[in-house]
Amino acid sequence: MKSDLELTNLIDAYLKGELTGSVLADFEQLRKSDPSFDMKVVEHRNFILNLSDYGSRVKLSSDMNAIHESLDIQAIKDEVAPEAPKLRRLWKKYRVNTAIAASVAFIAVSATLLSTGYFSKSISTNVNLLRREINSIKRSQNALIKNINDKPSKGPADPGEFGGTGFALSSNGYVVTNFHVVKGADSVYVQNSEGEAFKVKLIYIDPAYDLAVLQITDPSFEKLASLPYTFKKAASDVGEDVFTIGFPRDEQVLGKGYVSAKNGYAGDTVAYQVSIPVNPGNSGGPLLDNRGNVIGIINGKQALLDGAAFAIKSSFILKSIEAIPQDSLDEKLVVNKRNTLAGLSRKDQFKKLEPYIYMVKVY
Amino acid sequence: MKKEVKSSVPADSEIVLGILNDSKETLSRLYISYFPMVLQLVLKNSGNEDDAKDVFQESVIVLYNKVKAGNFELNSKLKTFLYSVCRRLWLKRLNEQSKTTRNIQDFSEIIAVEDDLEKHEEKDRQFELMESALIQLGEPCKTIIEDYYIHNRSMQEICEKFGYTNADNAKTQKYKCLQRLKKLFFQT
Repeated sequence: MKSDLELTNLIDAYLKGELTGSVLADFEQLRKSDPSFDMKVVEHRNFILNLSDYGSRVKLSSDMNAIHESLDIQAIKDEVAPEAPKLRRLWKKYRVNTAIAASVAFIAVSATLLSTGYFSKSISTNVNLLRREINSIKRSQNALIKNINDKPSKGPADPGEFGGTGFALSSNGYVVTNFHVVKGADSVYVQNSEGEAFKVKLIYIDPAYDLAVLQITDPSFEKLASLPYTFKKAASDVGEDVFTIGFPRDEQVLGKGYVSAKNGYAGDTVAYQVSIPVNPGNSGGPLLDNRGNVIGIINGKQALLDGAAFAIKSSFILKSIEAIPQDSLDEKLVVNKRNTLAGLSRKDQFKKLEPYIYMVKVY
Repeated sequence: MKKEVKSSVPADSEIVLGILNDSKETLSRLYISYFPMVLQLVLKNSGNEDDAKDVFQESVIVLYNKVKAGNFELNSKLKTFLYSVCRRLWLKRLNEQSKTTRNIQDFSEIIAVEDDLEKHEEKDRQFELMESALIQLGEPCKTIIEDYYIHNRSMQEICEKFGYTNADNAKTQKYKCLQRLKKLFFQT
């Protein structure tokens, strides 16, 4: 029996094909006759195969590395995957995160604004225009029938949707009010302190100065006595005592205050700032000084701020009147030049003014 | 976004023949033809060129083993085979790095290569075992074994290289080394 060493060498020689002649024949014979020897040969061969697999793989790897070294990787890279600009790469990488962050921010902002009631407020201006939304009575079928049955001779039965104030420009039925009062109106009526309503037509509007000139066209209208007030051309001084009469409700209300600044909201030179209590419905009311000169026309007040109302300066009313083409008017519009209010007490002034101040009803 | 990689591609059958003949030129052509495709795949899917190199070389090893085992049938394009292997390998790596693999950007059609990869993994284990066993074996045993069994040098050459007085001494040495290697290989 040969030693393990000798056997191994023999197997090696056999596997390498170095055995020849009788030795090979003996070897083959031994394999056939001795299964344990045969097993040893197979085992050994498998191990050697394993070893040579290892060897060829090492060689393959080193060959490939050599090839890899010889390649211009950067050139291939540029060809297959052109480098996107950094910004685009970052964008590609983070766009999902960005989208999520943006959505979260959007939802958070919207929710906050919604919960604080931001959307329910008008944000276009901080000035509240003082036209009044009249609480309209539901127009029920009954009311309609009633109207048909005993139709009042003058004016419409239904209260208007909006209301403001207006005052006479002349004795022959011209009335001035704010443009925003009559804006978008189907029809406009004016109602005097007696409760008589007259249909009017819009003859001139000036959205820039927020002015509108109306003419009473109602046949039942009778000419007024000559106006007790005049229009002041010069600007009024800060500190001047003023008063206004308007219809914040269905009755004339007197308000008293003073000119608090030369300019209006955000430096608006068209208007004064007036410290005077005014409410929705006061829009279009005259602003008069102690001697009974109209110095302006109330048009708004600042939201979230007390005591800051605004009035369009009277000089702009005069400008508007001048701008109306006189030819187009049925009757001449002559601005009164005689003041009969000066020196009277406030209550007498109010009494004299009462018939010239109208509630403007807009449908 | 998609960009076909163009290059003169050698015929698949040529390559298979070249692999069987251990042709260096074939390997080189294979590498030059198909590496760009894999580079593209890996770069576009959050990898770098070194990742591409590793993945591609591994896929070539898979191909070589498959061809040499003699059971390679050309039932798909070689390109598709390599691409599919690389894709799988790269997906696996991404998974290991626990990077997202929701949508890998593809540049070629793919075929199922799971079987080949399983075989490859087995081979890979053997390879690593052998590698570590050889490292533990140490010199001069490692070189003797490599020279005799891998580089197919004769005992006479080894004898001269290591300065053994005669071939028998060398054979004894080789025998001892082999026994130790077997022990190291099978114990782990």
